[in-house]
Amino acid sequence: MTEIAISANGLVKTFRTRKGPLNAIDNLTLEVGRGETYGLLGPDGAGKTTTTRVILGLLSRTGGQSSILGFDSMRDTYAIRERVGYIAQQFVLPADLTVIENMRFFASVQGISQEAQDARIPELLAFAGLTDFTRRLAGQLSGGMKKKLALACSLIHQPQVVLLDEPTLGVDPVSRREFWSLLGNLRAEKGLTIFVCTPYMDEAERCNQVGLIYKGRLIAHDTPSGIKKMVPGHLLEFKPAKFVPARDLMGGLPGVLEVQTYGAMLHIFVEEAERGRRTIEKTLGSHGLEWSGMRIIEPRMEEAFISLVSRQEAQDHDQ
Amino acid sequence: MPKRFQRLSALIRKETTQLLRDRRTLMFIITLPLIELFLFAYAVSLTVYHLPTAIVDQSQDSQSRAFIQALVSSTYFDTTLSLQNETQVVQAIDAGQVKAGVVIPPDFSADIERGDANVLILLDGSDSFSVQSGYSAASAIAQSFSLNLTTQKIVHMGLASGTAAGSPPIVTSTRVLYNPDLKDLWFILPAIVGMIIQTLAVAQAALIVVKDREIGTMEQILATPVRPIELILGKMIPLLVIILLITAVILGLGVFWFGVAFQGSLWLYFWLALVFIGSSLGLGLLVSTVARTQRQAQQISMVLMLFSMLLSGIVYPRNAMPLIPQFIGDLLPLTYFIRISRGIITKGVDLAFLWPDALVLVGYCLVVLLVASASFKKRLD
Repeated sequence: MTEIAISANGLVKTFRTRKGPLNAIDNLTLEVGRGETYGLLGPDGAGKTTTTRVILGLLSRTGGQSSILGFDSMRDTYAIRERVGYIAQQFVLPADLTVIENMRFFASVQGISQEAQDARIPELLAFAGLTDFTRRLAGQLSGGMKKKLALACSLIHQPQVVLLDEPTLGVDPVSRREFWSLLGNLRAEKGLTIFVCTPYMDEAERCNQVGLIYKGRLIAHDTPSGIKKMVPGHLLEFKPAKFVPARDLMGGLPGVLEVQTYGAMLHIFVEEAERGRRTIEKTLGSHGLEWSGMRIIEPRMEEAFISLVSRQEAQDHDQ
Repeated sequence: MPKRFQRLSALIRKETTQLLRDRRTLMFIITLPLIELFLFAYAVSLTVYHLPTAIVDQSQDSQSRAFIQALVSSTYFDTTLSLQNETQVVQAIDAGQVKAGVVIPPDFSADIERGDANVLILLDGSDSFSVQSGYSAASAIAQSFSLNLTTQKIVHMGLASGTAAGSPPIVTSTRVLYNPDLKDLWFILPAIVGMIIQTLAVAQAALIVVKDREIGTMEQILATPVRPIELILGKMIPLLVIILLITAVILGLGVFWFGVAFQGSLWLYFWLALVFIGSSLGLGLLVSTVARTQRQAQQISMVLMLFSMLLSGIVYPRNAMPLIPQFIGDLLPLTYFIRISRGIITKGVDLAFLWPDALVLVGYCLVVLLVASASFKKRLD
């Protein structure tokens, strides 16, 4: 059994709003082992940011337990803050300080000695690819560079755990890839535990553990391939010539479990691949509807995610 | 402990860098007090010179002409109207043609020689500053002629009916202490210094905190081991220094440009100003706990400034106020500092006289800082 870096047990966070109490986190339990990269995946408003803030002790909790490296989020707040790196969702480093001033500021508030700063800062700047921009104001960096600076600042005190709240929000695809390869290096070289919130499916695939959060509840957690296997049946993809009538036909067919739309394509989950395919082709043909590109595909994180969320919704609806 | 000191100095360095880098705010912080100072010093004059005056000279002799000449050359009165009797003067004041009237009875020269001369001064009571200035100027001049002065305020508006039953003759014997030339600036400048400091400190302290919260920087900094009290001190110390410098500049201008005499101890003034700035910054921190946005912070600061201008005794005497405004004034650090500032600058007194106000300010400073740091939590909610 691996050592636990982050844990939450029956965590509850209720916000008081004008419309009454709102459960932002609802009895959430999760565990992140040391050295793991854990992705908390969920749609906007699912409770990702709140969960991160509560675990970090930035928000109080209403109920349950949470800790990082064995330190309780509420009681040992400062012990956690000395050992954990954090990147908030928006870019919130002081924008009117330069890159180097930001690094020095965060190093000093973490109590890093001058000598250690002189050694580590150039290293981190090189790691983040910011060596040539030390005198530039943080606010004038590009989106991707801002995130890299935030990452460099959050690593200055050599934390064992980092919590990243949607670190690639508003960042172009190339910079996103770069950012993730930095994270990959950190995990490989330093054994860093990474907890990352993301709405992006491709980023979730890069994690070795994924938790799906929906309406403040963790509805599934497993490895990315495990998550994908949670979806029953097989997945067929095709492009109908007439989208709406084709889609409406699919729902009631025998052997069809779920219908998802994907651009101009339809994704159909069926119990058995070949039989399902024949049923669909026959039905479309008998209604005079044309299609192209019918094939069996591997379900990706995205299909799995949508399927799990809609199943949860149906379950909520029944209750 | 050293780590605590390292965090605090990092925060102070950060805030100072940001303060110096934000040129627009810096210009604002520096120029606004200067503009306020010059506006108050030049535009707000409590003494009214060149009162338009109606003269009734029923004596027409050398002494009466000398008296009128003395009134005019004092620059307080301008003879704009020559009339026949008191009733006409009252009508002229009612009509707004003049603010003052002087009635010299017949046989003025002879009365003066007997030491029993009377002069009636009528003043427009609807303008209290004119009454004050006119009265004090006229009585000073009357004194030099050793004559009795009968003053009468014309308070009714638009009514010409004669309420000419004057108050009994007064032999004036006013001696103005501390401010012998009755220069308003000597009275107003020590208060203006305080008002400028308090306004600046409250607004800047509130803004610097609300800004961080609004942008979200607060979240990122809270996620470090920084303690709330360090966060507060890190923001307040650079402001304290810059406002202290501005205080020195304003005082310097007051003494060297406007010629206000600084009677007391500069050293004592420095320490009490420090406590006063601390109290005002604390008040600003309290504002920041209420204000959600920078705009709100600014608006609340404006309201506080208005209260301060009216209730702390800058212009309007506090002991003439009803209890509730007096009580509101008591809640403002400026109320205490004005007495200290006037005490040191104008009267030259020391702590032996100022200790009650000084003590209140020290207590005020401690209480607001404690309350403010208690409302600053290590969490966002």
